[in-house]
Amino acid sequence: MCGIVGLYLKDMTLAPQLGHLTALMLSEMSSRGPDSAGFAVYGASDGRTRVSALSVTGESDWKRYAAALRQALDADVDIETHSDHAVFLTNGDGQAARNWLMEHAPDVSVLGVGTAMELYKGIGDPDAVADRLDLASRAGTHAIAHTRMATESAVTTLGAHPFNTGPDQCLVHNGSLSNHNRLREDLSKRGETFQTENDSEVAAGYLAWRMREGDGIDEAIGHAIRDFDGFYTFAIGTADGFAVVRDPIACKPAVIAETDAWVAMSSEFRAIDRLPGVKNAEIWEPEPAKIYSWSRAA
Amino acid sequence: MSLPNTELDLAVLDRRAINQTLQKATAGTFTVANPGGAHALACGLMHPVEVTIAGHCGYYAAGMNQEASVVIEGNAGTGVAENMISGQVRVTGNASQSAGATGHGGLLVIEGDTSARCGISMKGIDIVVGGSVGHMSAFMAQAGRLVVCGDAGADLGDSIYEAELFVQGAVASLGADCEEKEMTDQHREALKDLLSRAGLDADPAGFRRYGSARTLYNFNIDNMDAY
Repeated sequence: MCGIVGLYLKDMTLAPQLGHLTALMLSEMSSRGPDSAGFAVYGASDGRTRVSALSVTGESDWKRYAAALRQALDADVDIETHSDHAVFLTNGDGQAARNWLMEHAPDVSVLGVGTAMELYKGIGDPDAVADRLDLASRAGTHAIAHTRMATESAVTTLGAHPFNTGPDQCLVHNGSLSNHNRLREDLSKRGETFQTENDSEVAAGYLAWRMREGDGIDEAIGHAIRDFDGFYTFAIGTADGFAVVRDPIACKPAVIAETDAWVAMSSEFRAIDRLPGVKNAEIWEPEPAKIYSWSRAA
Repeated sequence: MSLPNTELDLAVLDRRAINQTLQKATAGTFTVANPGGAHALACGLMHPVEVTIAGHCGYYAAGMNQEASVVIEGNAGTGVAENMISGQVRVTGNASQSAGATGHGGLLVIEGDTSARCGISMKGIDIVVGGSVGHMSAFMAQAGRLVVCGDAGADLGDSIYEAELFVQGAVASLGADCEEKEMTDQHREALKDLLSRAGLDADPAGFRRYGSARTLYNFNIDNMDAY
């Protein structure tokens, strides 16, 4: 099963409530995915790169890693910790920070890198995960979130969504891919690295590879529709918006709603029903294999 | 004599309690307030009650309906009015997938669009859609009528048996063993009556009719030898 939600604000007076509204939607989707949850929040940027990281052991010495990163990057590195997560904030090279952590911090998993995006995930009841990681108090411009009912790989924190696809990009998935093993093999040969056996991580890796090859987000999704065998509804967060796509036979549910104040997507309408002004929303079911996207850049 | 309307507020009452109240009633009119996209509302009604759901519903709204008249003032999720026996269900907005699935009888009216698999395995229900239907609609349809005032998605009527399909707009493609049929005055008359009962203002003259070409395995008498 799994539940996915996305919320994109058009009315920025709602920005302080982004996390609160996303938490309401996430909570409503708990029954679709009670074993783990995660969310990516996109906020106004101070220009610094954010490296979202998880302590696999729950006991990582974040201050020591921040100090070591300062030296390695020769740049300022601040740190904010939230439960078993930390966000490194740096004016240095975010990818270099990611690579350094992956090489030198075996007890740490890097969840995502970007100037706008912070990414959090955990196992257990989605409401408890959201509470523990303080989703409700987070401000921002847009967010995507996921509740997981594991089918293709184990219930682990790293198997929870969203998955980072590239700088400031991440993906949540409802469905399962049949050809993820072959795709993982192909992508590994092209230099993608994977941290789990999860099929959705492969989807994320595929999009990251396509975009490194020069695809825009819509082109990358177009290639994915051709190469993915399986069923899926994806919500994909980008620095300035989000995109939604369903597989060509629409196996997995999705509904989109739009008002003057926001655009929202969810696996089921009841999550969207929690949003303010929903009575005036235009509501529709996305067509199969059609890419829907919203972007501040457009 | 009209009975007073009873309001059942889902913001206050438990969904199961609301469904049980509706199922036990043998007459009367009811409004379900604040449906909030909840699943399985007004299911299994077996008496001629009138129910209005004041807002959007989740999955399987008005499922297994018999004799009741249910109006959904909004959109409906997957499987609205699935397995209907008799009565009427009306959706004033759009419906998701598998609307009217496996229905044996009664009338389902969707004033807006429906998505994929509308009328899948229908067995005698009449479904009238004011807008368009998605792909694989009337898949394995066995009996009944599907009327589409807008367009039909790919593979309409795939593996169809004896159901009749009427489409006013474009058909993206016909499914296996589904073909266009002649539209006679008799068909136009029946369609006029159905559109009128559905309260939709469309001219029967603009519709084309589709049905089974009867060439698949089950239609070949020689295959009886296999048993």
